[in-house]
Amino acid sequence: MTASVLIPLLVTVVNSATPLLLAALGELVVERSGVLNLGIEGMMLVGAVCAFATMTLTGSDTLAVLAGAAAGAALSLVFGVLTLTLVANQVATGLALTIFGIGLSALIGKGFTGHPVPALPRLSLHGVSDLPVAGALLFRYDALVYFGLLMTPAIAWFLARSRAGLILRAVGEADLSAHSIGYDVIRIRYLAVLFGGAMSGLGGAYLSLAYTPLWVEDMTAGRGWIALALVVFAAWRPWRVLAGAWLFGGVTVLQLFLQGSGRLPVPSQVLAMVPYLATIIVLTIMSSGALRGRLEAPACLGKPFRPAS
Amino acid sequence: MGCNIDRRGFLAGTAAAAVALAGGRARAASPPSLGFVYVGPVGDFGWSYQHELGRRAVQAKFGDKVKTHYVENVAEGPDSERVFRQLAASGDAMIFATSFGYMNPALRVAQQFPNVKFEIATGYKTLPNAAEYNARFYQGRAVCGTIAGAVSKKGFCGYVAPFPIPEVVMGVNAFTIAARKVNPNFRTKIIWVNTWFDPGKEADAAKSLIDQGADVIAQHTDSPAAMQTAQSRGVYAFGQDSDMRKFGPTAQLTAIINNWAPYYVERTQALLDGTWKTQSVWYGLKEGMVELAPFGPGVTPAAQQAADKVKQGIIDGTLYPFEGPVNDAKGALKVAAGTHPSDHDLLTMNWYVEGVQA
Amino acid sequence: MRIRIERRPIVSRPLLYLTPPLAVVATMLVCFGLFAVMGDNPARSLYAFFIAPLLSGNGLAELGVKAAPLVMIAVGLAAGFRANVWNIGAEGQLTLGAICGGGVALAFWNQPGGWILPLMCLAGILGGMIWAAIPAFLRVVLGVNEILTSLMLTYVASLFLAILVYGPWKDPEGFNYPQSRMFSPAETLPILIPGTRLHLGVVVALLIAIAAWLVMSRSMLGFQIRAAGLAPAAARYAGFSRARLVWITMLASGGLAGLAGVFEVAGPIGQLIPTLTPGYGFTAIIVAFLGRLDPLGIILAGLVVALSYIGGDNAQVVAGLPAATTGLVQGLLLFLLLASDFLVRYRLRIAAPRTTPLPVKAPA
Repeated sequence: MTASVLIPLLVTVVNSATPLLLAALGELVVERSGVLNLGIEGMMLVGAVCAFATMTLTGSDTLAVLAGAAAGAALSLVFGVLTLTLVANQVATGLALTIFGIGLSALIGKGFTGHPVPALPRLSLHGVSDLPVAGALLFRYDALVYFGLLMTPAIAWFLARSRAGLILRAVGEADLSAHSIGYDVIRIRYLAVLFGGAMSGLGGAYLSLAYTPLWVEDMTAGRGWIALALVVFAAWRPWRVLAGAWLFGGVTVLQLFLQGSGRLPVPSQVLAMVPYLATIIVLTIMSSGALRGRLEAPACLGKPFRPAS
Repeated sequence: MGCNIDRRGFLAGTAAAAVALAGGRARAASPPSLGFVYVGPVGDFGWSYQHELGRRAVQAKFGDKVKTHYVENVAEGPDSERVFRQLAASGDAMIFATSFGYMNPALRVAQQFPNVKFEIATGYKTLPNAAEYNARFYQGRAVCGTIAGAVSKKGFCGYVAPFPIPEVVMGVNAFTIAARKVNPNFRTKIIWVNTWFDPGKEADAAKSLIDQGADVIAQHTDSPAAMQTAQSRGVYAFGQDSDMRKFGPTAQLTAIINNWAPYYVERTQALLDGTWKTQSVWYGLKEGMVELAPFGPGVTPAAQQAADKVKQGIIDGTLYPFEGPVNDAKGALKVAAGTHPSDHDLLTMNWYVEGVQA
Repeated sequence: MRIRIERRPIVSRPLLYLTPPLAVVATMLVCFGLFAVMGDNPARSLYAFFIAPLLSGNGLAELGVKAAPLVMIAVGLAAGFRANVWNIGAEGQLTLGAICGGGVALAFWNQPGGWILPLMCLAGILGGMIWAAIPAFLRVVLGVNEILTSLMLTYVASLFLAILVYGPWKDPEGFNYPQSRMFSPAETLPILIPGTRLHLGVVVALLIAIAAWLVMSRSMLGFQIRAAGLAPAAARYAGFSRARLVWITMLASGGLAGLAGVFEVAGPIGQLIPTLTPGYGFTAIIVAFLGRLDPLGIILAGLVVALSYIGGDNAQVVAGLPAATTGLVQGLLLFLLLASDFLVRYRLRIAAPRTTPLPVKAPA
């Protein structure tokens, strides 16, 4: 494999991992606060359509990206009210949110199918972006790709080092204790859920603005579920979300590449299984090695909490 | 209140069906109702959308004389039979089942409702009240292949394909045969994405093919994502289902357009006239069920001339895209010189011609 | 004056039964406004959605056909959820069950004999169990989280099905389309009411749910499962093996999903096709929680969710609502049903105004 093939391949991997990364990072924060929101797919779709609609109507990509995030957050607010204020079951509410989001996005998108928008502009640093290898590999993505990459260390730092992150983790690990020390568990979880919604919305916006700048119904095609699996895969750690997104995106793109190269005489469906199997195998290896025991979910994940006031 | 409306609608529908059956002698108070069942959302801008355009054409043409309605996003499988049954029971006179996976469920319902006409797209079984229709998309692909052979500098096309069903295999083959008539060294490389519809994955496949050197992209998947990718990477591409020029203003060479409207109008007319009979049709360029989008800027005058010739030849019946000699990918002769395969052979095609890397 | 929320000392029985119908009525009210704004005829749409499917024998039969796989799968999943075992891959287990049961059907195609159908069921149960055994094994032996493995195996299962129906199991007379042969009469579930699609599997599903209720509420195993979920530490102290519970609940849910898969292919579908489930394995998760993880509740929840699908299609057919709207209505219905649970467990009190700040801590 020569550089002329390898570099575009790697660029494709980074791009295809971005929507997964954005959504999974958001979900990670949600889950670290002790809340399980399975509605990622729905929030991504609503984010995608709102971003696309805003782009079509205003022509401003900044507004479009913000609209995607806001739409995702707005939908997650519904989830928040139901599960945090009304203590509804989180798993079922999240799944219902996906059904709702698919319908809502299709309804909003009725007038927007079949019209392309210009893709998000890519970075173009004079001189740097044109460098032989590094230029293509590092300096020619759009803003959301860099945002995803920056959010990884930012969230890692936030959870590990910041006071707010510590509180968030405490809420996720021991809600009753956090409550009795005087933290407002519900409020903190609301913020986490809103953040997760906004990140899912951004993941959707990336699809409809940058990856394939168009709107068609159900265009996320199951990426929300993969993002959810990545959080588990990553054992609730941000850097591993990045690694998982690249692994999954990488294997997906690689299997398409291998098919095209015609070097593996197996049915295409076998190759299509590879990303899923690879994820299981890698997680299994990680779980059985030295990291065993550090892969536990936040203790309060999915459990309802209601302070008796 | 809702109850009354519903029952009235039901009775009127049944009456309309009866009138239609009796040969449409009387103009009933309520016109016959036609149901359309789509496998995807109307907003897929692909397969289902084109059928929806056909429905709208029927409504526009017949105005008050028919009522049409559709059900979208009906999964192939157990749900579809229920929907057909609901449509038949609610008084539809004719039901268009627009996906292959609907064939067996629709036929089961057709047996129970002998007075309701069924039109099943891309199936292969018929009943006295269930007709079958399909389009010779391969004819359009032959024209595309001719253009690809002429404009591709590398003689290398990347083909984004959903599933290895005969329809898709036939298209790849017709495309490649035609391209190799122009450029004998032409190759087609297929990537199976194992989905009809996942814009991201379709784009990934197109990128991968372009990275491997393809300078023309063809697709059999439904979204415009591959076209967009071709546009942004500066290579040519062929659109699928509908004119995708908006997504690839300079990339699109032409597009295969599924135009179901003439057939839907024809069958509705037959229903209204009382002349509807079961049949099994496979229309193509000649009948207008397959159309080609206007040629894009990348089509050279020479390519255009060659393409027009192929198209006209197919329409006149002087040119058969699969006319022998045709070898398979391993070089064995599959179609003898001077002959061409039967429709049955085409409809069951599961081998690739020379020049295809599957 | 402010409204205070209080946890009820005991769950309110009347509200337990009253809230679901209330939620449906509330959904209808919200939708009435929604449809009116969208310019549709709200009464007609709501009637088509919620009532029309219930008024005919055929409609009720369809309700049973749609609810049966949901109930069967949800019953199995609920046992796992109670024990904190998160099998979210029932969709894949259903697919494997359909593959194994369908494989038996194809192997003995067109042969007479009443033994074929039971053998298909057995094969399907085994298939589902095998597919569930993988995450169970990885969880118990290697500590791998079953959410990820069971979900990922769902995709693998559907691709595996595709390999079979695009390849060796393709109908030889089927024009190379990706479908198996239609199963022969001895391989098809008997229809209970002629003219409808109500098959034997619907009754079996009902019996399974009742049996599961007995197991969960009356047996030692049921007690262990409930204890493991409510008080894991106490359960461990009492000597209940966690590994054993993971195995039992995973295999039970996998086996039931597999059986549901056989019932689908031997019932309404009648052959193997690449898209044999419209997401039953995932929808069943909602059904399980909507039924409050109780097998009898799950029967009702399965019927309500089935109605929302059938009603959605019916509203498209009769009232011309786009599929998007029906998704929206379905989402709303589920939201309100889930939210209505709140009234069962909490009550609102109008309290006198306070001068002190909000209480942070509660008397425990």
